Amino acid sequence: MTSAYDKPVPIPSNADLTKPFWEAAKRGELIIPYCNSCSNLFFYPREVCPNCFSKDLDWKKMSGKGHVYTYTHVRQAVHPSFQSANGHIYAIVQLDEGPKIPSGISGCEPKEVYVNMPVSVVFDDITEDYTLVKFQKC
Amino acid sequence: MTLRGRGAIVGIGEVPTRRIYEGRSMYGLCAEAAGLAIADAGITKNDIDGLVTDGVALPPAIAEYMDIKPNFATGVSMQGASGATATMVATSAVSSGICNTVLVVMGNSRQDAERAGRPAGRGASGPSVRSEWEEPHGMAPGANTGYGLMYRRHIHEYGTTEEQLAKMAADQRFNALENENAVFNGQPISAEDVLNSRYINEPLKLLESVMPCDGAAALIITTPERAKNMRNKPAYVLGVGLKQGEANIWQRDKFTETPAVDSVRRALEMAGCTPSDIEFAEFYDCYTILAAMCIEDAGLVEKGEIGPFYEETDTTYKGAFPINTDGGQLSGGQPGLAGGFRHVIEGARQIMGKAGSRQVEKSDLCLVNG
Repeated sequence: MTSAYDKPVPIPSNADLTKPFWEAAKRGELIIPYCNSCSNLFFYPREVCPNCFSKDLDWKKMSGKGHVYTYTHVRQAVHPSFQSANGHIYAIVQLDEGPKIPSGISGCEPKEVYVNMPVSVVFDDITEDYTLVKFQKC
Repeated sequence: MTLRGRGAIVGIGEVPTRRIYEGRSMYGLCAEAAGLAIADAGITKNDIDGLVTDGVALPPAIAEYMDIKPNFATGVSMQGASGATATMVATSAVSSGICNTVLVVMGNSRQDAERAGRPAGRGASGPSVRSEWEEPHGMAPGANTGYGLMYRRHIHEYGTTEEQLAKMAADQRFNALENENAVFNGQPISAEDVLNSRYINEPLKLLESVMPCDGAAALIITTPERAKNMRNKPAYVLGVGLKQGEANIWQRDKFTETPAVDSVRRALEMAGCTPSDIEFAEFYDCYTILAAMCIEDAGLVEKGEIGPFYEETDTTYKGAFPINTDGGQLSGGQPGLAGGFRHVIEGARQIMGKAGSRQVEKSDLCLVNG
């Protein structure tokens, strides 16, 4: 945990809505929005269920297991702090429970990543307020 | 009810696409393109009673800038698909009798953003899905990331190779060499040059990605009855189809499938033709991989067969099946949403027989994808 973190932190468009997600990440849990009316699991969080428009929404804790659905090896990043000689992986991870989530892959070289690579969740404390949900090879 | 044959493109205008026009604004470039289209159609601005823009250019501001007072005006706000959508809306407007002659216009000035104190075309634009869920993980510039994700998945599912898509970019550059309006006119490249260009987000390379530019384009569309007495051979709209996709690529169920599956099917049904009837095509190409997937989804090739198709097919204006005959956006440059609109303009230009040294041999039936 450091105040010197220079990469972009999450900027929510509705902080009230997504607060539970970030609080859960802080305590090491991955939770995903769930609709009590139609049992839909979805991501990103919305104020109404994208399937049935219900506002009776809750959060479900995920197993943290999934696979790399697809990825790209970013060599030229938007933010200068992401620039590095080796680049980094930006991935879409599909959770075993179904939803897809954009994330980073840590703990291995970019060239080791492949489509369908099994991954498990890791939590990266970047600031006092935010812990990023990332994944590593498992 | 159908729009088949109910709209006729009778004039086109294009301010050449350039990296930057110093001291010019989007509205100024739009008005210049509008003037060219009006002159090409052989009408006066007072004949225009309808106006459709991309929505970035506000219809009241365009109307005021060129001092017209149309009876119908709207901005479509359909991102890259704005040009094709605007043409569809304009055809609907003249077909329904809301108005008779519509100006469709869009353009871009990169200095406008600087004048407003924003960095041009980069980074966050306020809190959004992107700023909360994507940017903390380190995206590539502009829309690059999503297309890198699609490209990787297409390679995984279909065995597509980077060599195959490099050929697409090279074929289009050949076409741009005959297009003085293209930003890369006079700069030939080979498929090898494409392969050797640096990765922005692997597997997507620099020469497979559009260059943000300045420019503007306009067309005049009217009823077929009015078109009969006008100076140009018209390009008739025979079919239109639209399918709204997701705003964020990662929200798709299937990353290798595009909304063109449905939009093209609907357009072909209205036109009463099949993919094999199409003689040449203009496909939205912000990145090679997007045009590649849309060409598959249009049914011009089997799904997953775009790689072998490019290996075997000369898609230059001289070739067996010409695609992006003006160089597309990859070699023509992307002047904002006018980049996608230029696909419509070029399709019409070829059908009107105005494409000069890059005129395709068979130019009666074109499929345009926005």
